[in-house]
Amino acid sequence: MALYSEKVMDHFLNPRNVGVIEDADGIGEVGNAKCGDIMKMYLKIENDVIQDVKFETFGCGSAIASSSMATELIKGKPVAEAMQLTNKAVAEALDGLPDYKMHCSVLAEEAIRSALEDYEKKKNNQ
Amino acid sequence: MQNRKYERGFITVIYADNAATTKMSDVAIHTMVSVMNETYGNPSSLYRMGQRAKEVLEKAREDVAGLINAEPKEIIFTSGGSEADNQAILSAAEIGRKAGKKHIISSAFEHHAVLHTLKKLEKNGFEVTLLDVHQNGLILPEEVEAAIREDTCLVTIMYANNEIGTIQPITEIGAICRQHHVLFHTDAVQAIGHLPIDVKAQNIDMLSASAHKFHGPKGVGFLYAKKGIRLTNLIEGGAQERGRRAGTENVAGVAAMAAALKESAEKMEANAAVLTQKRNKLISGLQEIPHGALNGDAKNRLPGNVNFCFEGIEGEALLLLLDQKGILASSGSACTSGALDPSHVLLAIGRVHDVAHGSLRLSIGEDITDEEIEEIIRSVKEVVAYLRSFSPIWRDLMAGKKSFIL
Ligand SMILES: Cc1ncc(COP(=O)(O)O)c(C=O)c1O
Ligand SMILES: [Zn+2]
Repeated sequence: MALYSEKVMDHFLNPRNVGVIEDADGIGEVGNAKCGDIMKMYLKIENDVIQDVKFETFGCGSAIASSSMATELIKGKPVAEAMQLTNKAVAEALDGLPDYKMHCSVLAEEAIRSALEDYEKKKNNQ
Repeated sequence: MQNRKYERGFITVIYADNAATTKMSDVAIHTMVSVMNETYGNPSSLYRMGQRAKEVLEKAREDVAGLINAEPKEIIFTSGGSEADNQAILSAAEIGRKAGKKHIISSAFEHHAVLHTLKKLEKNGFEVTLLDVHQNGLILPEEVEAAIREDTCLVTIMYANNEIGTIQPITEIGAICRQHHVLFHTDAVQAIGHLPIDVKAQNIDMLSASAHKFHGPKGVGFLYAKKGIRLTNLIEGGAQERGRRAGTENVAGVAAMAAALKESAEKMEANAAVLTQKRNKLISGLQEIPHGALNGDAKNRLPGNVNFCFEGIEGEALLLLLDQKGILASSGSACTSGALDPSHVLLAIGRVHDVAHGSLRLSIGEDITDEEIEEIIRSVKEVVAYLRSFSPIWRDLMAGKKSFIL
């Protein structure tokens, strides 16, 4: 059996929503270089709906694929719904990840949440 | 040519992972198949086919012994390098324990077959000193000497490192051990077949080898133990290998190993000359990548070993993308192994976690062409640049928010 599912390979080789949003409404960065995975998420939000999302990732194949899949899962969704995104949903959408790579999907969940929290904070400060 | 490409679909690949394992040579395959077909008897059986198998086994022992300047009785066949390392170290420890000597000297970047065996001994009351391997990946003989104590029973230092390819001064280390009456074992798994070995001239008491690193089959290797060194059995059972390793012998594998080693020894000098030149070309090509660095001493390294760290990227992603381009390599990143920490070898030479995750090992084979070297350089440059293009670390480095390590 291959290390990764075809879905993982597809999202790794052709990651969706790669890049930055210069005037993002929410930015979240999680992980650290010491452990080998860092994810950064940028959100553009209007009327509490995620209009656009971009990511940058330093990490392994499954970290890149998890970031890519997570952005797809929340794009166009209301903030409240995006907040509910779980790492399990990311992993399932990728047709599974090897056990020792599940932390990559956790990181994707955390990156999205961190960006959404940043958005809420900015909104409340206005 | 035998050792470069295999077909996968329509893609021809460049195999640059010879430190992980090598393709079997034609002579090894031929020897193995003919023994399996014609001499399949059990060497312990009394009829003629059994005895012919015994002859094949003993001829292989003579050949292997001759190639490292040992006596046939000093060679015991094992299932590979790990078993040989385990048996060598546990035997020396047992000898030490009986003499009240429970201190062992080794290095921080040995293979896990050595390090994990030492860990086990530590739990059983042994004390282990792991020597510094310095930034260049080289152990200093004088530091070995300084570490030797009254109760030191063994020094075990690898001949060449499997990740960064650095070649240790084992002749000098062996001489120091002789002088202090301490047993000296060397894990020569990466060296044998690629570097000259003479156990007498190099003062080696025990040596581990594995066939699949020099174009022999996997799952077979040997331990050289100088006459008079009492070995402890890892596997109990029949009286094979003069009672030092039970189990019906892997006759075909052993014969193939001997054939492969003989061929490697014959071609060693010529291969090393070609490989060194190709390796240096590969190193200079990859040195053009900004914020990368060669790991391990540039000169004292295996002729086929190239190992780099590139800042801002992660090794597994690099490997997977190189695989897409038909280049097969390896990395010491944590994510390739499923571990949390990157390779202990890179950490031992002082690479911090941040850059150790971005490592790439290319271990090239004798028949790689200049065009393939150029293709590797081109592809690595491309993939590194691509991964950096969406790496948040790289962005911060370029923006001056973080400072470059390399
Ligand atoms: C330096 C070193 N020692 C020991 C081993 C283990 O050899 P084997 O795979 O034959 O058990 C290897 C191979 O990975 C190695 O490179
Ligand atoms: Zn990872």
